[in-house]
Amino acid sequence: MTEITLSIKGLRKKIGKREIIKGLDFELKSGEVFGFLGPNGAGKTTTIRMLVGLIRPTAGSIQVCGYDVKKNFVKAMSHLGCIVENPELYPYLTGLENLQHFSRMIPNFDSNHLEYVIKLVRLQDRINDPVKTYSLGMRQRLGIAQALLGKPKVLILDEPTNGLDPMGIREMREFIRFLAEKEGLTVLVSSHLLSEIQLMCDRVAVISKGKVIKVDTVKNLLHFQEQLVWKVSPVEEGKKLLQTVTTVKLDKENRLVTPLSDKSSSWNHMLVEHGIEVHEIQRKVPALEDLFLELTGGESVE
Amino acid sequence: MNKLIFNEMLKIIRKRKLIVVVAIMVVLISLFTYAQFREVQRQIEKLGDVDWRTTLQQQIVDTQNRLTSSGISDEWKAQLQIRVQQQQYYLDNNINPAEPGAPTFVRSFAQESITLFVPLLIMIIAADIVSSERSAGTVKLLLTRPVKRWKILLSKYIALLLSISIIVVLMGVLAYLISGVVFGFGGWNAPVLTGFTSIGGELNTSNVQLIDQWQYILMEFGLVWFVAIVVGTLSFMLSVLLKSTSASMGVMLAALIAGLILSNLVSSWQSAKYLFMINLDLTGYIAGSSPPVPGMTLLFSIGVLSIWAVGALLISFSVFVRQDVY
Ligand SMILES: Nc1ncnc2c1ncn2[C@@H]1O[C@H](COP(=O)(O)OP(=O)(O)OP(=O)(O)O)[C@@H](O)[C@H]1O
Ligand SMILES: [Mg+2]
Repeated sequence: MTEITLSIKGLRKKIGKREIIKGLDFELKSGEVFGFLGPNGAGKTTTIRMLVGLIRPTAGSIQVCGYDVKKNFVKAMSHLGCIVENPELYPYLTGLENLQHFSRMIPNFDSNHLEYVIKLVRLQDRINDPVKTYSLGMRQRLGIAQALLGKPKVLILDEPTNGLDPMGIREMREFIRFLAEKEGLTVLVSSHLLSEIQLMCDRVAVISKGKVIKVDTVKNLLHFQEQLVWKVSPVEEGKKLLQTVTTVKLDKENRLVTPLSDKSSSWNHMLVEHGIEVHEIQRKVPALEDLFLELTGGESVE
Repeated sequence: MNKLIFNEMLKIIRKRKLIVVVAIMVVLISLFTYAQFREVQRQIEKLGDVDWRTTLQQQIVDTQNRLTSSGISDEWKAQLQIRVQQQQYYLDNNINPAEPGAPTFVRSFAQESITLFVPLLIMIIAADIVSSERSAGTVKLLLTRPVKRWKILLSKYIALLLSISIIVVLMGVLAYLISGVVFGFGGWNAPVLTGFTSIGGELNTSNVQLIDQWQYILMEFGLVWFVAIVVGTLSFMLSVLLKSTSASMGVMLAALIAGLILSNLVSSWQSAKYLFMINLDLTGYIAGSSPPVPGMTLLFSIGVLSIWAVGALLISFSVFVRQDVY
């Protein structure tokens, strides 16, 4: 059973004279992790602020579980949990006091849920310490605990892995997958790192300069993205030869770039047979810039 | 709503704002008690007598000497003349205006602190109550709960009113206890005169009433509380409008100090009486000192202050409910 939990239509935002969000449309379903991918300044945080009711859209509508954020703010917010930018909690209160503070703002809050959430983010040991003594990773976890207090259907996380170490990033990733798969939450995750989105999301919206360039599943998006890089000499001859079997581009470091293919070993064989030295064949980790170059047709990223 | 107010009180207390305020009060009240004590000692040394009539007579002579000297402003001269006439009235009716004891200290302390000291203490809490959430970023969490924005602001305002009431009551209690150790705790029923009015620099005693000191103190604290709420509401508005706590403190402080300076200058500038900071000295009216601008009355000042407070509340709520939060 998949229902639409978050729907955004024609969302726009002008700050001063500048239009920062230029019309966004997408829909999220329950149980999916949705990536919100864009470079710095693309408008991810601005969009998220509108989704959670912190700023008013200039035009367009946002619905959380069928409730309009503007017209039915209280109902919409009771199905939504979020962290916008950094998880800023009250440093002079303990972790537990912070959670209690926010639980008092939820109608008919069930206090058993508090313990459950604390266990879920594994903060039992430090929950009675003041938040000012927490590490960034612990603050992130407390931030998530706070977002989960109201048993939301939609969880919105703005760059949740920001500032975490590789171990923390992995834990966070697994935790987000767990919430979506086991708890059936819709999770919207923003990031400027393709690698991160690739590892934890089902679908992704790529945005740049306030516009959605593409919404697709991660699999489709990466498919035409993975490439092989060849370091050969002489370069010109090698290029001519490879062009007979596939598309070839020359990159900045004078290397040849071809699509990833299961025929690559035969291409290699062919090159060697024609007396061309192959120094290196590399599978290229897709980078955001390249994806953008492809999607925007060469328009550079700001 | 009760839970929201509880949250706000919790934050004020855990941020140690109230403790800071109490500490400041204890230090200053002790200081004033000591100063008062030295003054009494000096009088005894000088006159070799502790009878209040002698002291009061001496004060009247002192003030009259000052009045004859040149180089004091007309406003100040009028004030002093009124005071001399008052003191003479006390003397003629055989009533001691400064019955020694803690209640008398509390009475004069409340009178002196209404224009600056109390507003300063209130600002410590009010200026920070919204802007600190903005500068710390916690406002994002606060405003994404399933609670309407006006309710959140209202809970903050009610918490502020509670804190103000606590501070005003504590101020009375602390002043009584600390000064009582030095001057003794009695004197609640000492007679006090109120109802003096001044018309054109002349003291009018036709409405003067004799009341017990405790009644007078109660009236005074009512007025202090009212002024504290008005100043608190204005700081609250600044706290909503300005992102930084120090900026809202600075603006409010500038206004208060400007008020003190203006009060001694503006007797000929009629429209200054609509400024809130000129109207803060409400206890002056029941003590019978002459108002900053001739013709101002207690009711007028209360009216002006109420209008400022209501305006500030309207602005606070309409801005906070609509504002984009970055
Ligand atoms: N308060 C503001 N006033 C004016 N412009 C703003 C404001 N906030 C953001 N912007 C502009 O909006 C654009 C989008 O900003 P936003 O913070 O949404 O980007 P982002 O995608 O979250 O970037 P990042 O990856 O750096 O977090 C930027 O060009 C920024 O300059
Ligand atoms: Mg951002």
